[in-house]
Amino acid sequence: MSIEVRNINKKFGSFVALDNISLEFETGKLVALLGPSGCGKTTLLRIIAGLEQADSGDVVLDGQNSSTTHVRERQVGFVFQHYALFKHMTVFDNVAFGMRMKPRKERLPEPMISKKVHELLQLVQLDWLADRFPSQLSGGQRQRIALARALAVEPRVLLLDEPFGALDAKVRKELRRWLRKLHDELHITSIFVTHDQEEALEVADQVVLMDHGHVEQVGAPDEVYNRPATPFVYGFLGSVNAFHGRSEAGKLIIGDQHLTHEESTVQHGEDAYGFSRPHELQILPDIEDAVGVLATVVRVLSFGVNSRVELDGVGAVDGQHFEVELTPDQLEDIKQRIGLERGQFVRLLPSRLKLFSRDSAQQGIK
Amino acid sequence: MSLSSALEPVKPAYRKIAKRNYSVLPGFSLSLGYTLFYLCLIVILPISAVFIRASELSWPEFWEIVTAPRVMASYKLTFGASLAAAAINAVFGLMLAWALVRYTFPGKRVVDALIDLPFALPTAVAGIALTALYAQNGWIGQYLEGVFGIKVAYTPLGVLVALIFIGVPFVVRTVQPVLEDLETELEEAAASLGARRWQSFYYVVLPVLTPALLTGFALAFARAVGEYGSVIFIAGNMPMVSEITPLIIITKLEQFDYLGATAVAAVMLVVSFLLLLLINGLQAWTAKRTGRSR
Amino acid sequence: MQTKFERNIATREPAWLKWTIISLGLLFFIFFLVMPLLSIFYEALRRGIDVYWESITEPDALAAVRLTLLVAVISVPLNLVFGVAAAWCIAKFDFPGKHILLTFIDLPFSVSPVVVGLMYVLVFGVNGWFGGWLQANDLQIIFAVPGIVLATIFVTFPFIARELIPLMEAQGRDEEEAAIVLGASGWQTLWYVTLPNVKWALIYGVILSNARAMGEFGAVSVVSGKIRGLTNTMPLHVEILYNEYMFAAAFAVASLLALLALVTLIIKTLVEHKAAQTQRDFAGEH
Repeated sequence: MSIEVRNINKKFGSFVALDNISLEFETGKLVALLGPSGCGKTTLLRIIAGLEQADSGDVVLDGQNSSTTHVRERQVGFVFQHYALFKHMTVFDNVAFGMRMKPRKERLPEPMISKKVHELLQLVQLDWLADRFPSQLSGGQRQRIALARALAVEPRVLLLDEPFGALDAKVRKELRRWLRKLHDELHITSIFVTHDQEEALEVADQVVLMDHGHVEQVGAPDEVYNRPATPFVYGFLGSVNAFHGRSEAGKLIIGDQHLTHEESTVQHGEDAYGFSRPHELQILPDIEDAVGVLATVVRVLSFGVNSRVELDGVGAVDGQHFEVELTPDQLEDIKQRIGLERGQFVRLLPSRLKLFSRDSAQQGIK
Repeated sequence: MSLSSALEPVKPAYRKIAKRNYSVLPGFSLSLGYTLFYLCLIVILPISAVFIRASELSWPEFWEIVTAPRVMASYKLTFGASLAAAAINAVFGLMLAWALVRYTFPGKRVVDALIDLPFALPTAVAGIALTALYAQNGWIGQYLEGVFGIKVAYTPLGVLVALIFIGVPFVVRTVQPVLEDLETELEEAAASLGARRWQSFYYVVLPVLTPALLTGFALAFARAVGEYGSVIFIAGNMPMVSEITPLIIITKLEQFDYLGATAVAAVMLVVSFLLLLLINGLQAWTAKRTGRSR
Repeated sequence: MQTKFERNIATREPAWLKWTIISLGLLFFIFFLVMPLLSIFYEALRRGIDVYWESITEPDALAAVRLTLLVAVISVPLNLVFGVAAAWCIAKFDFPGKHILLTFIDLPFSVSPVVVGLMYVLVFGVNGWFGGWLQANDLQIIFAVPGIVLATIFVTFPFIARELIPLMEAQGRDEEEAAIVLGASGWQTLWYVTLPNVKWALIYGVILSNARAMGEFGAVSVVSGKIRGLTNTMPLHVEILYNEYMFAAAFAVASLLALLALVTLIIKTLVEHKAAQTQRDFAGEH
């Protein structure tokens, strides 16, 4: 089922949780609502579910305006952040709950319910836990039971609030893959809320980035990561190096030095910030060149897949810190050519630089 | 310049605010309406009757009734004995709570269970039991009078004994949970910083317990001020000497002096309100100090 | 087994201090709680088992027992419904004036029972607000069973609400919301989700409320009129017998009430044990 929200506004007192949000979610997709705490993502999810009411705006489910439809009739499956499993019921009873609450006429006979519960438990691979109580399960198992319970009412969409938020790192990774696999099997339109960019990028078909009640960018994971539309997205999805200067004829002027940048809407002569990812910075030895900025090497960290060089700005960029990410091979190569000793002067040149006006950039480099 | 690392997975504060606006849970109007209806019928209506009837008296009349010597003597006894009983309960209640939480000793579970006896035992039963116990020929009374020459039953001391009895659970039951939640780390830190045991109690533990201790004290006091059943048997009820204020009301009622009884009752109700406000404030303070909700 | 405080050098007192505290606490406990309790049974049985049996089976005593049970049977369920309704709106919703409401629910804890009795006399008594109307319609509340029930309800109504509210607040609304999303109606949610979760607190609130309802003395003595065999509850019967110097009989009836108190405390201990278990399970979920 497709989901659309139109011009959703929501305030809590004077706090604006959602500011005129309009979004479309395609049928069968797994979408992540990503953003920091308080950005409004959970509120949006709850409004879509019908657990919360928007001050204005519409929720359209399957082409039908469902803004006033009660949560009971919306046929949504909702997985709560802390699972909200019924503590006093067994796993079996938890999963059967939704089917048993139906009016007598619509209710399946108990043997059918039982059969369906076992099917669902098999789907989440926890059939052997049917008689346990929630308190006897691990976090990951509870999460999967909560999902089975939500699926039991045959929802048209599945909404998950921070589905992996309460789990430890290892279980998280496992469950992430598992959720993706499950979605590929079921193809039920799903939206999940998360504050973890890695989780969103790894699991979702599409990512909606939110901040302060606004949608910052919508796109496929590689798209939002590689082509961040706003400074906030830049800052939120990974590390970023910022260069402050003045925009002039395709260049960013920083003191007596300058950087070249990509096309941008920033006006000529305007105060601006240039953003560049750590892996988009080159370390060069010739410190006399006017292109690039000067820096001294502070630390070289070489472990794991990528190595990192931390540098302090010099001259026009005095007091700023920079981070460069390299593969071990690249690092070896640079070390042989340049040395990269602590305190050594080098020149930093972005291979790619995206310019934002000063005002819009502030939120990316808080 | 890594920005994402600062974004901790905290539960956003606005979820709390969200409650106020809209809820999918049904039954708010029904349950609130019923609650208010019940409260009005059972509580508000009768209480307002006291004040409205009392207002039939002129101010000088009212003042004369509530400050008559016999009534004044009863205030002194009621509030004095209640204060003393609450203070004694604060001291021994703290000891009992401390022993129940921190020590092992034989019979601990029985003690823990029986602490609530004054909540569950009807006051009249407590009253005659205490009288039997502290009377001249009672188990305790015979020694107190025979050995020390102290008369308890049928004197103001008897009032004190009864008020101590009914106040026992309050201090223990307010201090106990706070003490249970107290992290040993606090005292470990104090010890590692060179504090002696009494210093770490006085400067670290006691400040945390103080709000709960005061709450327990206030609860015991409030209960004692209004107490009737357990006191009248042991007090002797001599006017000007061992007559408590609730008994004054009863006496006036028995003489069909409804207005007089109402005037004194109005004074007691005002005291109850004030104590309730005080207790609410103290409980809020306890919650703030310990991070517990009441 | 020692507590963790006794094993920890930073939280441990010297043995002499520890035993001083325990001894003083226990002495206080024995003088003020244990001995009164024992003396009830001692005095009740002093004149022999025959006198005891006679005292609790004579018609007036039986009438008092019946009336006490009747009062409890009416007032406890009413307070139960009130407690659940109050806890539902206070714990699961936010609204202005909540604190004032809570304060009013606490009121009976601090109002003198005698004043409670007087209040109802002022409203329903012969000279009270509705006295004339009641008399004209030949209804009697004061010096009759309805007055006793009303006074008892006032004195006992906070107990169940007060047990439920903090627990239901702590449990939040997630499970109820989950039930609604899964298609449950409001009543179904209350019955299948909310109430099972607060089962133990509810039971404790009910038994405490019951113990207080059966034992209430001050408020009831004002509104009852103490007509033997008609408006005499057990505590009032104890008073009458005691004032007539029939001590053995007074203590015999009192011992029944003391037994009720003991049973209440035993159930309370069991319920607390169960609740602590549930609490642990609950804590394990996060």
